[in-house]
Formats: sequence, structure tokens, C-alpha cells
Amino acid sequence: MTLLAPHTELDPAQELPVNNPLVSARDVNVFYGDKQALKDITLDVEKGKVTSFIGPSGCGKTTFLKCINRMNDLIDICRVEGLITIDGQDIYAPEVDVVSLRAHVGMVFQRPNPFPKSIFENVAYGMRIHELTQSKAELADRVEAALKRAALWDEVHDRLDQPGNGLSGGQQQRLCIARAIAIEPSIILMDEPASALDPIATAKIEELIDELSGNFTIIIVTHSMQQAARVSQNTAFFHMGELVEYGRTKHLFTSPEDERTQNYITGRIG
Amino acid sequence: MEKTHIVMGFDKDLENIQGLLIEMGGLVELQLNEAMTALVERDLDLGQKVRAADKAVDLLEQKIVERSVRLLALRQPMAQDLRMVVAIMKVSGSLERIGDYAKNIAKRLEVLVQVEPVGNSAKTLRRMSALVQSMIADVLDAFIKHDIEAADDVRARDEDVDSLNNTLFRELLTHMMEDPHQITTCMHLLFIAKNIERAGDHTTSIAEQIHYLISGHLPEEKRRKNDQTSRILLDPDDIGAPNG
Repeated sequence: MTLLAPHTELDPAQELPVNNPLVSARDVNVFYGDKQALKDITLDVEKGKVTSFIGPSGCGKTTFLKCINRMNDLIDICRVEGLITIDGQDIYAPEVDVVSLRAHVGMVFQRPNPFPKSIFENVAYGMRIHELTQSKAELADRVEAALKRAALWDEVHDRLDQPGNGLSGGQQQRLCIARAIAIEPSIILMDEPASALDPIATAKIEELIDELSGNFTIIIVTHSMQQAARVSQNTAFFHMGELVEYGRTKHLFTSPEDERTQNYITGRIG
Repeated sequence: MEKTHIVMGFDKDLENIQGLLIEMGGLVELQLNEAMTALVERDLDLGQKVRAADKAVDLLEQKIVERSVRLLALRQPMAQDLRMVVAIMKVSGSLERIGDYAKNIAKRLEVLVQVEPVGNSAKTLRRMSALVQSMIADVLDAFIKHDIEAADDVRARDEDVDSLNNTLFRELLTHMMEDPHQITTCMHLLFIAKNIERAGDHTTSIAEQIHYLISGHLPEEKRRKNDQTSRILLDPDDIGAPNG
């Protein structure tokens, strides 16, 4: 991707050795007015892997997630300091086009939020505004491909013209994932993507995350530690605006290094 | 672990299972002790009591596994809690095996009371068993106190049990060569030695589980082993006076 910024030399991240970093944060501080929401966050997100951000409410995990596609720009009092790079390019450089950045960094929210349009148009919308397709036939093909990759095609192929918000909650969430992947982002941010869904719909989303990893770099914020343990290869634990521990998921949930991580994941008052 | 869970029932469930494990460990230690007392004192009644009490050991293990599985399903423990439940299940399995060895020792008593004792072997067996019993007691203590050094110490002590087993193996082999009439007795005594040696090995694996429970990884250092019985070959021509 090209975001018009030069490659930047980075100091090594302190915690997890990441072989193939796609997103790199160095000393990131975020403020909402006077209040500091994130303190000196330094971490690398591995390309093609699923990374979970966990931590109690208000710990800063969603704030950090939103730094990666500059969603925080929408909040007037929010100030981001430090360096965040994607593929070596500073995404906060003045010349970066935010719309183009968000085409590379898709996002899926807690509550499914399909547009008040047909199923087809929901998926086609991003490709239209980014002018990614040459013909109607190509557009239709890519809508079909995205719905198939989001494991939704079989359930909706005969009613593509019906409104997207007429689907069940789980289907709507998969529609939002189809919408996100249709424009071929390199990164997908997921902010508690299954917390409003029943267990079966949740299982389908988790299965989907597993299938999409490899082709996409996925970062998921979740309150369910079992979910983080199931879907991700790396996990970062945030607490009171700090990155307390970042490590391989299999290690972090069985033998965490930091006492705060231990107290949080075992359900103790920390 | 001083901090309590937000859900207090979780603490209660865990404490309850740990309590059962301590109870089981105490019972197994007693079983081994009484089996050896019965052997040395040729006390058939005590032997019978040991054989009957093995059921209680088995029931305790069953209870521990059932409650652990229930806790896994309901609480989905993580990190140290998860390691605790897994360790408890594995430790209870090891204790159950040690209980079986005690029972097997008591079973052999019925034959052994009908024959003459062979040398000092019953006393050597008693010494060997006393080592294992103290290892069991200390390993349970290490579990209660979360004392990793004490657990590692127990693990190292198994070497002494192996040494006594080697001595006994040679001694009994010599007796058998000298007097084939003693073969039946010696075979039973050899199996008893093997039972105690295995009990020591299980205690060692309990110590390793406790190391894992506390630190999150198994001991890195290789355990020193000294069981040479699989390589001992005695030449009948070399047999002079048997000695320990």
C-alpha cells in the first residue's frame, strides 16, 4: 500500500518477538483532553496473524484499536502522540489520505451496522466509492466472492436485493465482515465482534476469523478471554492505559508473566 | 495466592478439591506405611485392612476428578487456576497408583507369612519405603505451601530410593542363586521393592507437577536417576558370601 510516507527506522518493540510486523507502534500516548488514555504503547502486530487485545473496561484497548485506522481523528479532544506505522509507513504523517488508509484497514464493530440498503449494495458500496471495479459483472463477482469468504453466500444468494438489516444479528455481522473484506484491506480491526451475538453466531464468527487469518491481519478487541484464547495467536493485555503484557496466546493464558495479567485472566480483584 | 476470586464460589470449589487431594495424599502415605508394618511384623490383619482401605483411595480419586471436571466446565479457569486443576487431576492419578502399590504389597503378605524371612531384606524394604513416605509427606507440604524448592528437593531424593533398590536387587538375586528354595520368597520381595521404587517415581512426578503448578513450566534440569536394576548381571561363579 502507499500512504505517501517514507519508511521509518523503528526501535525494537520491547515485548514479543514478532517475525513479520505489519503494524508497529512506538511510544504511543493518547489523550482525551487532559486525561491520558494510553501510556507509551510499543508493540508490533504480526502480519497474517490474529492478535487479541484484552483488558478491563476503560483500559485503553479500543482506543488503541481506533488509532490504527485513525478513527480517533473523529473525536475533537483526542490527541495521538508517538509513531504508528503500517508496512513501515507513518500513518499519522500529514500527507496520508485517511480515506485511503481506512480502505487498507477495515473495521467491524460490536453491533452489526449494515447500511439501510440491500444485501448486495452493502457489500458493493465500498468497491463503488473506491472505484475498485471496471464493470457491473466484475462488481457482482466480487460481491459474491466476499459473501462466500464471509461464509454468508449460501444463506443469502437468493435474496441479495433484500435489505441487509432484515438478516439475523449473526448474519448481519457476517455481512459487515463481507463489506469490510470486499475492498481487500490488509488489516481488519474487530471491536468485540461477537459480544452481541448468540453462541452459535459467535462460533460462526470465530470460525470465519480463523479462515480469514493468513490472508488478512486481524486485530480483535474482546471481553471474552476464552474467545481470545481460541481465535488469536498473540494477545496483548492492557490495564489502566498501559500495555502490561504482550505474548503468544498459548503462553499468556497458561503462564502469564505479570501478576496483573494473572489476576485479570483468573477473575481476581486486581 | 493471596488474592481471592471475584466469584467467591470459585475459591470455595478450588479449596474443596485441594482439601480432598490433601486427604487422599495423607491416606496413601498411611496405606504405604501400614503395608510395610504388616510386612515387617507379619501382621495379616493389618494387611487385610490395607487391602480394604484401597477402595477409599479410589473413591477419593473419583471424587477429585469429578469435581475438577465440573470446575473446568463451569468456571473455565485460566493461568494458575488452570494449572492448579490440571495438576490436581494428575497428582490424584499418581496417588491412586501409589495406593495400588501399597495394596499389592499387602496382597503378597499372605504368601510371605507362610515362608521363612530372607536375610535383612524386610528391613531394607522398610527403609526404602520410609524414604518414599517422607517424600510423599514433603511433596504434599510443598503443594500446600506452594514451595517450589521443597518440591525440587523431593524430586532429587528419588535417587536414594533407586540406590536402595539396586542394593536389594543384588542381594535378593544372590540369595536366589545360593538357594533355589528361596526363589518364590525372593520374587515376591523383588516385586515389593519394585512397587516401592515405582511409588517413588510417582512421587517424583507429583513433585514435577507442583513445580509446573507454581512456575508454569516443568523442571528444566534432568532428574538424576540411579535405577541400575535393568543392567545388573550376576555371574554364579562370583557369588561368595552374600552382602548388602
